Amino acid sequence: MNNFFATRKGIVAVGLIIGIFAALLQYLGNPGNMGICVACFERDIAGAVGLHRAGVVQYMRPEIIGFVLGAMIAAFLGRDFRPRAGSAPIVRFILGVFAMIGALVFLGCPWRALLRLAGGDLNAVIGLAGLIAGIWIGTLFFRKGYNLGRSQKTYTSVGLLMPLVMVGLLLLMLIYPQIDGQAKSGVLLYSLKGPGAMHAPLLISLGVGLLVGAIAQRSRFCTMGAFRDLILFKQVHLLVGVVALLAAAFAMNLVLGQFNMGFEHQPVAHSQAIWNFAGMLLAGLCFALAGGCPGRQLFMAGEGDGDAAVFVFGMIVGAGFAHNFGLASSPKGVGPHGIAAVIIGLAVCLFIGFTMRKKA
Amino acid sequence: MSEVIDARGLSCPQPVLDTLEKIEAMGTGKLEVLVDTDAAKENISRAVQGKGWAVASIDEEGAGEYRLRLFGD
Repeated sequence: MNNFFATRKGIVAVGLIIGIFAALLQYLGNPGNMGICVACFERDIAGAVGLHRAGVVQYMRPEIIGFVLGAMIAAFLGRDFRPRAGSAPIVRFILGVFAMIGALVFLGCPWRALLRLAGGDLNAVIGLAGLIAGIWIGTLFFRKGYNLGRSQKTYTSVGLLMPLVMVGLLLLMLIYPQIDGQAKSGVLLYSLKGPGAMHAPLLISLGVGLLVGAIAQRSRFCTMGAFRDLILFKQVHLLVGVVALLAAAFAMNLVLGQFNMGFEHQPVAHSQAIWNFAGMLLAGLCFALAGGCPGRQLFMAGEGDGDAAVFVFGMIVGAGFAHNFGLASSPKGVGPHGIAAVIIGLAVCLFIGFTMRKKA
Repeated sequence: MSEVIDARGLSCPQPVLDTLEKIEAMGTGKLEVLVDTDAAKENISRAVQGKGWAVASIDEEGAGEYRLRLFGD
């Protein structure tokens, strides 16, 4: 059988399912317009293991664990688990760090930008514009020969390391479960208030994560790729999946009473337009240079791509820096050093884009 | 004799980019592309069909490697 999820109908189905379940996860406890946010949830995981001490964003998000494990299972069933590694891992790590910093200046990954828009948060329009601008800059580098080089086939066990890390994180969560009213359970930190304290029940989060991980792996769903392919190849295949996600989440939000249109008083958001734009510009450029949005990087890590796994770890470490150094925004606005970090990040991306080229 | 692109080990969007650049330079003819992920296989097939080229065959060669035979006339 051909891969249904790689067809037009398939990618639409995947977008619809992600949109529906993301809105449902909000209804079941996840933070507002954050049913699924890969950047936010990796940041929460960084907090849960103490890489940063921002008390309001610490929770071992089972969705992320599910994404990787669901993708791994789907890849094995689909016979396309491909252990590979070695395409400029240090560059991918650095891109992951700055992708996270940019996303946390905006307050969301591309998935959350869509979910914010679907919930009526108009700041997301500006964030999405920044994302598309960042991706567009990335396509200019691709046209000029930017290339991080080939990965190599490697041992199956290399490809299993990221899924095993996720199993380890899940075990930690089961060994040290959340205790009502306590900020620490064994080695894990749990938010008592703020977004980190808001979550759907563990098994539901994990189940949705596994489902989304599996279908996204089969379909190659990628929000960055959607805009990149449109700009670079005039292809809309991935974009129709993204539009389906947006439409489904919008419809679900209307049904569930989660739609509230405006710029102000949006959940886990600020309305400093310039920095919403610039944060996502940086993130979009990082995703483009690294070949995938944060979700896609998790799915590729699940199907054996060690370089994508390094990008994911870059994002998690980047979240640590973002909160320890005051780079992340809050509903009050950008952090004290967020602007400097965005400028440095853009400079680093230009350095990477201009110098890592195969052609003269 | 077909021209051959070895896109194995290259990550997205490089295999598609290299293939499209090549078929635009060639205009018509035969081209073979080697890839080692299903995503690249699917993406190249989709992309070249959008440019009026056809996928004549896709052969699996060894563990997870594919040879795509493309032609445009």
